[in-house]
This record gives sequence, structure tokens and C-alpha cells, in this order.
Amino acid sequence: MHDWRYATPDALLRPSSNAPEGARNSRLRHWLAGCAPMLVCSCQRQGILDPQGPIASAQQLLLINATEIMLVVVVPVILATLGFAWWYRSSNTRAKRSEELAYEGRIDFVVWSIPALVVILLGGVNWIGSHELDPRAPISANAKPLQVDVVSLDWKWLFIYPDQGIAAVNQLVIPAGTPINFHLTSATVMNSFLIQQLGSQIYTMPGMTTHLNLLADNPGEYPGISANFSGDGFADMRFTAKAVRTADFDAWVAQVRGSGPALDSPGYAALAKPSEAVPPMTYRSVEPKLFERIVNQTVIGSQ
Amino acid sequence: MLGKLSWSVIPFSQPLPLYAMGVVGLAILAVLGIITRKGWWPYLWREWLTSVDHKRIGVMYLILALIMLLRGYSDAIMMRSQQAIAVGGAQGYLPPDHYNQIFSSHGTIMIFFVAMPFVIGLMNFVVPLQLGVRDVAFPVLNSVSFWLSASGALLINVSLVIGNFARTGWMGYPPLSELAFSPDQGVDYYLWVLQISGIGTLFAGINMVTTILKLRAPGMTYFRMPVFCWSALTSSILIVVAFPILTATFAMLLLDRYLGMHFFTNNAGGNMMMYVNLFWAWGHPEVYILILPAFGVFSEVIATFSRKPLFSYRSMVLALLAICVLSFMVWLHHFFTMGASADVNAFFGIMSMIIGVPTGVKVFNWLFTLFRGRIVFTTPVLYSIGFMVTFVIGGMTGILLAVPPVDFVLHNSVFLVAHFHNVIIGGVLFGAFAGYNYWFPKAFGFTLDERWGKASFWCWLVGFYLAFMPLYVLGMMGMTRRLQHIADPSWRPLLLVAELGAIVIFLAILCMAAQLYVSIRTRASRRDLTGDPWNGRTLEWATSSPPPAYNFAVMPRVATIDAFWEMKRRGLTAIEPAYEPIEMPRNSPIGFIIAFFAVITGFSLIWQIWWLVILGLLAILLTVLVFGWSENRQLEIAAGDVARLERVRLGLGRPA
Repeated sequence: MHDWRYATPDALLRPSSNAPEGARNSRLRHWLAGCAPMLVCSCQRQGILDPQGPIASAQQLLLINATEIMLVVVVPVILATLGFAWWYRSSNTRAKRSEELAYEGRIDFVVWSIPALVVILLGGVNWIGSHELDPRAPISANAKPLQVDVVSLDWKWLFIYPDQGIAAVNQLVIPAGTPINFHLTSATVMNSFLIQQLGSQIYTMPGMTTHLNLLADNPGEYPGISANFSGDGFADMRFTAKAVRTADFDAWVAQVRGSGPALDSPGYAALAKPSEAVPPMTYRSVEPKLFERIVNQTVIGSQ
Repeated sequence: MLGKLSWSVIPFSQPLPLYAMGVVGLAILAVLGIITRKGWWPYLWREWLTSVDHKRIGVMYLILALIMLLRGYSDAIMMRSQQAIAVGGAQGYLPPDHYNQIFSSHGTIMIFFVAMPFVIGLMNFVVPLQLGVRDVAFPVLNSVSFWLSASGALLINVSLVIGNFARTGWMGYPPLSELAFSPDQGVDYYLWVLQISGIGTLFAGINMVTTILKLRAPGMTYFRMPVFCWSALTSSILIVVAFPILTATFAMLLLDRYLGMHFFTNNAGGNMMMYVNLFWAWGHPEVYILILPAFGVFSEVIATFSRKPLFSYRSMVLALLAICVLSFMVWLHHFFTMGASADVNAFFGIMSMIIGVPTGVKVFNWLFTLFRGRIVFTTPVLYSIGFMVTFVIGGMTGILLAVPPVDFVLHNSVFLVAHFHNVIIGGVLFGAFAGYNYWFPKAFGFTLDERWGKASFWCWLVGFYLAFMPLYVLGMMGMTRRLQHIADPSWRPLLLVAELGAIVIFLAILCMAAQLYVSIRTRASRRDLTGDPWNGRTLEWATSSPPPAYNFAVMPRVATIDAFWEMKRRGLTAIEPAYEPIEMPRNSPIGFIIAFFAVITGFSLIWQIWWLVILGLLAILLTVLVFGWSENRQLEIAAGDVARLERVRLGLGRPA
């Protein structure tokens, strides 16, 4: 797993110092040799390339499978385009010409069949995938699901743990191996809740609740973002999803309960005011039914 | 008195747009000065500004598109530079307030004022010539259409200096675009600019559909029309059906913003999901409005330069019609992540994939048109081959995004940004440039320089791949779109490659400018005296370059597909027919006048100067009424004059 917060400039420079010795010969070669490994290294395993839960893994597999199915057609088409264009250039004396060829039933049949077959195959993949990976579908696991209510605010994320009675801003701590059942809404404009390494995103919209189920396989820290532009502070609307062992999660809950402010109506009204790049913080308690009141827009600070 | 207008709306605190506008203003003044000094105003007014000739209007659309391409590109390079600089804690040189305007105006300008005028301009210029007719169905309306588009383009540039543009992204999603979250005039600029130019676009679509359905040369049945005309017909049908949806949606958002209504607001029963649905009910057909004419250009170019008829003409037409219908059934794929049920998502995902079938068929048919042809590698052919290779990659990533679970992780990421630039640059823009190089000699009577043209093509191709392939990777690594700064420093190398790509694209634009300059300088040696520089197949090549105002002295008689090819084969081109007088529409300043008042009305609507709104609307009404009651709108060219002009053209006699 790669986490941007631990990346240092040294880590960035390392690849270029691995450049082969012979690169000194010319400045251009040196430059290329320096850049190439840097680029290769920058395509590191991150995001959907490094899935950390069953949903993201299935989505990555789907991405790879669908790409492979299409490459079977796309690669020959590209090669044929370049090949035909080259071979049938007007100066090639060896090429056969049929300048009246305007229609050939068998070719026409094949031409319609190939994309149709690909689409039938991919359509099946699409239908099955859409149902298996429906964001609302519960994830089966040994552990009892944990409910987290998510509220997008200008410009930060509020996570309410209704069963634990605590809340956190820009920090999502979840037990690894436990399905998380998210209920999401927005107290401001539309946003989209995404922890790409865990899988699906879903819009958060004011006055409405959307649903999402995710699971982290292993403890770790995964970047979370808003994936729908929401205004000036959008670029800093990030949080870290921290998956921990169940025991550590319980310890964290206990620790949060013992410290920090309470999220009551005035506290929420203060939080709901627009602010940017908000550092993570926690609330030891949450007023009952706060999430429902945010959805119903009956809380002070809703717009 | 002046509504919300005051000195405080001029962004003195942000010098960048002011400097930019200063430079642009000086350039405009210089051009106007030169025109005045050389005494070109009467000529410009008579021959261009008031022209109702579809060819002149088509050319003006193309000029508008090329100028706005510069503006859209400036936005692009600013964004790419910001994202290359503001990495890992740095904030870059553009604060969010400014950066958010730039990506919003980039999208708006590139779609509505570059891609749209480009394809509408090509359709305007080419379709009547290919159909063998003298003008479009409603020539004056055509002029109104163009000038309304130009009004929109002018107003969107005014937003640089007076007030600001929207900061909502080019889709203007509420509630962000509602008054509560965007209280200034930025969104109003966006909405009114697109309402004004949208009316122009709708008129252009109606005009084109009517022209193709009602005006065709004798014998030009539907299944003898060139494929470009079919693509223009399908594209224009989409305009006529889709643009009113956009106009109505924006009207509702305007009612929210101006009269406190609640169509899409957070509270009082408003529902932003309705906007998103309606926007894409227009928005998805819109991408086919853009790409279908490009498909038409490639069909013409590939057939002409392979020296072969287009392979499987009927399949090509069927594919166009299929895409036209299907494009209305896929809009939900723009928001799989809004929480629709798995059944709904899967349905729209599969429908989106099905569009891939007719599109795939078209690619295969171009491939078989190349097969056993005699291919001449002109600039338009390079664009066509570059398109075929690039577009299948864009199509593939599009089908990936049509799989809802894949979209769940890639939606709104720069993977999506890479996908639609892949199809819009590699498809629409390459098509527009192929058409520009292909039909330029028809419009101006001399060919464009091939060396600069090819240099420009290679820069566009390489620049595109450098700029957007890194974005595919970054999207999979978790980078979403519209970020003013980027936290993860490990993304910087790829962002620098993308920046390099944007610079290569700048070289491509420079090469295009050089191509135009060099071609004009050397035009004497590159004259097209035959009217048929490429050994073309369709009727536009049957007349001179540039064609006379009436296009064809005698309406051509069409008996086959590729009518001109058949005429040449049978030696029918050199026969001098009996000439008759020709009725042509007189030039009319109404388009220009309406546009002038539309700018005033739009501007005063944005700044809520209500008395000026009323005056502007009354002036437009009056202009229309005066035109409606005017007589003597036709101009007759006597048979003798036609004969004289034609003899010069055919080299049968000297000019009198």
C-alpha cells in the first residue's frame, strides 16, 4: 500500500538514481533514462490497481476482464488499420487493388457479428456485475456489519457511528474484516464518497440518503476523497480510511468516548459552516437522530 | 439603473484575466484598425457580415471555432500547468476561485463554441453542395443562427473582465449552481450564454433537417445521398430533438435563480437529480451531434483517397440511424453512482454497449474501404487513420465505463477525462481538421500546404497521447477531476508528461497557423482551377472552387451514389447546358442586428438591468417584424450572366 503522507522527496528521486551507467553518454539518453524508470515507478500500485477489499477486487477483475475481451478485437483492428494503410499506399506496386469493391455480403455479416458478439458477452458481464456489486447489496462476512452515517459538509466529511454514539471529521476508522454499511447524505451540495481501494463510490445528496456497503480485508490506511466537485474547498475534501483490527477498533471507540467535544446542535451548526482543509477530529458523543435530522433538513445549519 | 453592475465587478485583484483581455483587446483593435485603414468595411459588411450564402456562413462558423479554440486551449494549458505545479502541498499559481472558473469555461467553450461551430460550419458549407442545391432551406435564418452563436461566444468572453464565469464545472450541476451556493453572476453568464447560442443551434438544426429532407438535386434519393449528408441529417435530428431539453432545463434553473423557484434547490421540494437526468438527456445525444458529422467526414475522406467507393454504404447509413436512436437511451450512464437499482444501471450499461455495435461496424467498413484501395497519404487521410487508431482506444475505455461496477470506481476520475478527450480530440477534432483540410480548396480556391498540415497532425497525435494516456493511469490510481491542488507527490511525473502533451498540442496549433499563413502566401501556385483537386466522388467537386454564389448553374441530375464520380466516368462533365435565370436570396443584415441586440439583452439579463432587457427584446421583435414585412428579398441572376460566369469557370471564354 502506498500512502501519500509518508512519501518523501527521496522516494521520488530513488528511481532516477537507478538509471543505467551508460546513460552518461549523451544528455538526451541520460534524461530519458532518468525519466523512464520514474514514470514506470509512478504507475505504482495505488487506487484500483491495489484493491484492499472484496468489492474493489471484484471491480478490478471486471476492469481487467472487460479490457481483455475488448483487446481481442481492438488490437487486430489497430494493426489492420495501420497494415492496410501501409500496404495499400498508392506507391506500392505489389498490392492488389479492387477499386470497385463496394459491398460483399459475407464481409458485411462478419462486420456486424464481431461487435455484436463482443457486446453480447460484455452485456452478460455487465448484468451479472451490476447485480453482484450493487452498492446496496449487503456483504456476507462472519462479523456483524457496522453502520456508519456519512455527511458531506462544506468542505469536510462527518462520520457518525450511531451504534457507538460517537463521530469523527475527516477520519474514518473501521474494523478490518467487518462489512461497513454506510448511509450517506449531504448537508450542502452534491459530493461523491469514494475510497477507491475499497471499491464503489456513491453520491451524497441533500435531503436524500444513499447506501453503500464496503469491507476492508486488512488493516491499513486508504485515501478517501470526494469525487464530485463541490466548490472552493473541494481539493482538500480528503480523509483517511483507517482499517484496524477489531480489538483496536473497540479501543479507539473507547478512547474517542473519553475525550473531545460533544456533537450537539450548536456544535453541528458550527461544524456545518464552510471551512477548508480541516484536520481530523472526533466527538465523544452525538445528539440522537442527528443524521435523520440532517437528511430531513430540520437541523440548524442546513441550507 | 445599471442593475447589479458596478466597478467592483471588474476583477482588479486578479490581474491575469485582465492582462489576457488587454492583449486580446489590443489584437482586436489592431485588426479593426487595419480593416478601417484598408477600407475593407464595405466589403466585409456586404460579402460576409450580411451574407446569407451557406458557404460564407459555414466559413464564418469555422473561423469562430478556430478563434475559440485558442481561448479553450489557453484554459487547458493553464489547468495543466496548475496541476503540474500544485502537487504535494504546493498551491500553484491559481487560487480555487480562478481555477474553478477556468475548468468550467474550458468545458463550456470547447463543447459549445469550438466543437459545435466546427461541425455546424462543415455541415453548412458542405451539405447543400453535396446535395447539388443552391442554398439551405432558410438562408436568412441560417445567418441568424450563426450570429446568435457568435453572440454567445462574445458574451462568454465578456465574463473575463466584467464579473466572472461559473465555478460549477461545465455541467452546472445544482445545488452548487443555485443562488444559495453560487450567488454571483458566473452561473448567469453560463446559462444565458448557452440559452442564446442554443437557440442559434436549434435554428441551425431545423434548417439542416429541412434542407436535407426537402431540397435535393433531381434524382438524389435518400439512398444516393453522400454519407456526410446522412451524418448531417442524423446529427441535425439530434439537435432538433435534444436542444429543447437543454433550453427547458436551463430555463428552470434560471427560474430558480431569478424568481426563487424550487425546481432543483435543496429545500422546498426541489430535486437536483432531475437536473442531472435532463442535462444528460440532452448531453448524451450532444456527443453524437458532434461525432456523427466527424464520422461523415472520415467516410468521405477515406473513400476519396482510397480511390474506392465507401464500403457497404447501406450498413454505414443503418449504423448512423441506429446510433441516432440509441443515443437517447443511454443518458443514465453519466450517473450510475447516483444510487439507481442494479436493474436500471445494468439496462443503461448494456444499452451504452449496444451503441458500440454500429460504431464498430463503421470502423470495420472504413477498414474495408482502405482494403485494396490506392491510398494517397494527404493530411486528411493522416487524420482519418489517426482517428481510427485513437478512437477504438477511446471506444474501449468508454465501454469499460459503461460497466456500472467499473464506473463505481472510475466515475469522475481523470480516467473519465481521458476517455472523453480521447473520443472528442481523436474523433470530433480530428474529423473537423480532416474536413478543414479536405474542403478548404473548395471554399477558397487553393489547397492548404501539406507539409505544415502533416506537421500539425503529428503534433496533435503525439500531443494527445502524451497529454491523456497519463490521465488514464492517474484515474486508476485515484485522481479525481477538477482538483485545484494534488496531495500525492508521486503523481507528479505523470502530470508533467500530461503538461508536456499540452505543450506539444500548442505546437500543433502553431503549425496550423503556419499552414494557413504559408498557404495564403503561396496561393498563386496552389490554385485549384479544376474545382476537383482530390479527384472527388461527390457533387461538391462538380462546381468551381470557390463555387459561384448559386453553387450550380444547372441543377445536376443524379442517377447513382457518388454522383460526380459517375459523371466523370461517363464523361458528362464537359457538356455545356442551357442556362436559365437563377433566383437567389438577397443578403440581409437581420442576423447581425438580432445578434447585436441579443448580446445587449443577454448582458442586461445577466446584470439584471431590466429596462435594457425590455428594450433589447423589443428591438429584436421589431427587427423580425420589419424583416417579415419586407419585400424584394430575392435576387435574380439573368441567364446571360450565368452563362458568362460559367464560361469563365469552364475556361470556355474570357471574362467580359
